[in-house]
Amino acid sequence: MSEEIRTGVYTCHCGSNIAATVDVKAVAEYAAKLPNVVVSRDYKYMCSDPGQDLIKQDIREHKLNRIVVASCSPHLHEHTFRTALAKGGLNEFLFQMVNIREQDSWVHLDKPAATVKAMDLVRAAVCRVALHKPLTKGSVPIRADVLVVGGGIAGIHAALTLANAGKKVYLVEREPTIGGHMAKFDKTFPTLDCAACILTPKMSSVRAHPNITLWSYSEVTQVDGYVGNFKVTVTRKPRYIMEDLCVGCLECIEACVYKEGKFVDEFNMGLSKRKPIYIPFPQAIPQVPVIDPETCIDFKTGKCKKSCVDACGERHAINLKMKETTEIIDVGTIILSTGFQVFDAHRSPEYGYGVYPNVYTALEIERLVNASGPTSGEVVLRDGKRPKSVAIIHCVGSRDEKNNRWCSRVCCMYSLKLAHLLKEHTDAEIFNFYIDIRTPGKGFEEFYQKLRNEGVHFIRGKVAEVTDWAFDPSEEGKLVIRVEDTLLGFARRIPVDMVVLATGLEPHADAQEVRRRFNLTCSSEGFFLERHPKLAPVSTFTDGVFLAGACQSPKDIPDTVAQAGAAAAEALALIDAGHVEIEPNTAFVLEEDCSGCRTCIPMCPFSAITFSEETKLASINQALCKGCGTCVASCPSGSIVQNLYDDEEIFAEIEGVLSNA
Amino acid sequence: MPEAVEPKILAIFCNWCTYLAADLAGTSRIKYPANIRVVRVMCSGRVDPQFVMDAFAKGADGVLIGGCHPGDCHYQEGNYKCLRRFELLRRMVKEMGIEDERFRLEWISASEGDRLRTVVTDMVEKIRPLGPRQTLTEVTQ
Repeated sequence: MSEEIRTGVYTCHCGSNIAATVDVKAVAEYAAKLPNVVVSRDYKYMCSDPGQDLIKQDIREHKLNRIVVASCSPHLHEHTFRTALAKGGLNEFLFQMVNIREQDSWVHLDKPAATVKAMDLVRAAVCRVALHKPLTKGSVPIRADVLVVGGGIAGIHAALTLANAGKKVYLVEREPTIGGHMAKFDKTFPTLDCAACILTPKMSSVRAHPNITLWSYSEVTQVDGYVGNFKVTVTRKPRYIMEDLCVGCLECIEACVYKEGKFVDEFNMGLSKRKPIYIPFPQAIPQVPVIDPETCIDFKTGKCKKSCVDACGERHAINLKMKETTEIIDVGTIILSTGFQVFDAHRSPEYGYGVYPNVYTALEIERLVNASGPTSGEVVLRDGKRPKSVAIIHCVGSRDEKNNRWCSRVCCMYSLKLAHLLKEHTDAEIFNFYIDIRTPGKGFEEFYQKLRNEGVHFIRGKVAEVTDWAFDPSEEGKLVIRVEDTLLGFARRIPVDMVVLATGLEPHADAQEVRRRFNLTCSSEGFFLERHPKLAPVSTFTDGVFLAGACQSPKDIPDTVAQAGAAAAEALALIDAGHVEIEPNTAFVLEEDCSGCRTCIPMCPFSAITFSEETKLASINQALCKGCGTCVASCPSGSIVQNLYDDEEIFAEIEGVLSNA
Repeated sequence: MPEAVEPKILAIFCNWCTYLAADLAGTSRIKYPANIRVVRVMCSGRVDPQFVMDAFAKGADGVLIGGCHPGDCHYQEGNYKCLRRFELLRRMVKEMGIEDERFRLEWISASEGDRLRTVVTDMVEKIRPLGPRQTLTEVTQ
């Protein structure tokens, strides 16, 4: 004789979020008449402590053995209510959640229809939950090692935090050096701290830290496994210099047959030239040069006298036959801090980037004002002259219907910073052309006021065009900014010597590939999607993978570092718990029903199903099963059962939804 | 003329993409017709053809399956398995006299709340003129 089913149904008002569209009282009254329902209540906030106490109390007083909560999405509060069940002394899986907020009250305007829908969904849950069985959560041990992908300020900070906590960290960086975009900056807003003075000591700490394995010039090419136990393949590109033998004397660069740099220096945004053997910047970590096979004579013709090899001499650190290698590592958690790319200003042709030599991007100006930049901090135009007037155009590739619609968040502030630095370096007249000035940060608005007091001009209006077509002699030889000044209410022409484009931030070109590799989702603009914007801002839908920095959305350095710390803390929390609980939604084979047809075996993407030649039966490895249920749907004899998503439970739900009781 | 009955659509959405798209539509306050009832499964690969047949048998006016875009499946390839089943099932459903418009498979990612609205609205608009679905016995008579 099976137990009597005693169900409690709780319908949440969520303040007015649900109650404004769904007649919550009517739903509760309706639910009270459904089969097996012993208690049906409605309450203002079911997720609050008193709301949860209602459930716990009713479990005891009314001997409830099934609970249905109709409130928000299970992605938000399923865990909350399951915990309440457990505290009330009931198995947490004897529970079904009904989503009447995200998928009902918030998306419908028709109140009677929304109420009927809520009733249908509650009925389905009541039918389904009666079939639920008590289950126990699985537990997976967590490996203590962590992989951090991307060595910008986010990755550096996360890696150091974890390493200082005693965890072994693999830091993988695609470029020959860590440091990311921040390494290119001269000063940081709003404090005007020297970027290098903040960053380079942290970079050195990464190199020196015994718990950090740094693989620069390397990429993660494959990720297998799951939370606690990822198997990661890292491909290490050949830099043709042995990191363990090189002492960083840089004599090889000096000795190169090219006496002067001849090739585009990527680090300086093409504003200077480098040799085929080079180090991106003097403080690069690791302090090891790299040889570019595209430009090195030996790679191109095989006829170089290899003066670099001679210079290296006894150390034998240069190996021109170096091949790509792969490393396979086992880690428990992963932090992605792959950063962003800068909007390509060519995509806004009206601003003349690439047409007029004196139109620069902001990142180029960062290098020009930088004491260790191509001009040693001297701000000069391409012809070597100092600019007497500079225009800074905001929102290039941001807040733009034609390109990226989002606000890149940092451009207003870095434009203000560059305005200050350009004024300091050149004493030029500076014009900022903006749509809105956005300074929401500690000390940001004060910095804006400071700039206004420094005599920098602010003109509100989206620039229509940058042109060299002079209308009068004062415009000859200048770049003319054509703009509607929306505060004065008329069109203006402002001639300047130099134009700076405040280009926005966007996802990397290969962000889609990377997200697939790590089994992530992207939000609509292409940045990696967090699990929940407020409740789990650094987690992802793949357990054990966390996000830090601008790969999640554009953000400034303080926010990036804060997020990196949060991601490190999340990883630490998992590691220190030692294990992670996993949903018991795995599938298993009912041996007495299995005919041994093997239909299920190729269905499983995780090779969790094996066929025993001895018993002629299939069996599912519970540790490998991820609970997708594809095999369950394929089994012709219905002999595969999935916990939480069993056939009879889903049939009951379908019947419950459709029956017009 | 009897009052037109609103069609009821059973939707089976995967947990990782389309169910999240439906949640996103909610948090974005995107509006669409209240004709769908969502059943959540972990993966569109879990959709047993019998779920669809059962839904039609129990009186659903339409069945909508939602999964991740090809290549984006949380379980690598469950959505491909779903697609293969869908193509076979679609023919069967048609032979049973159920119009094409009543049975759909759509790839809707977690970021596509607006696409969810488009799909649901479109499906409702196409099913509504068809009227209530005839049962198999009605068709054969």
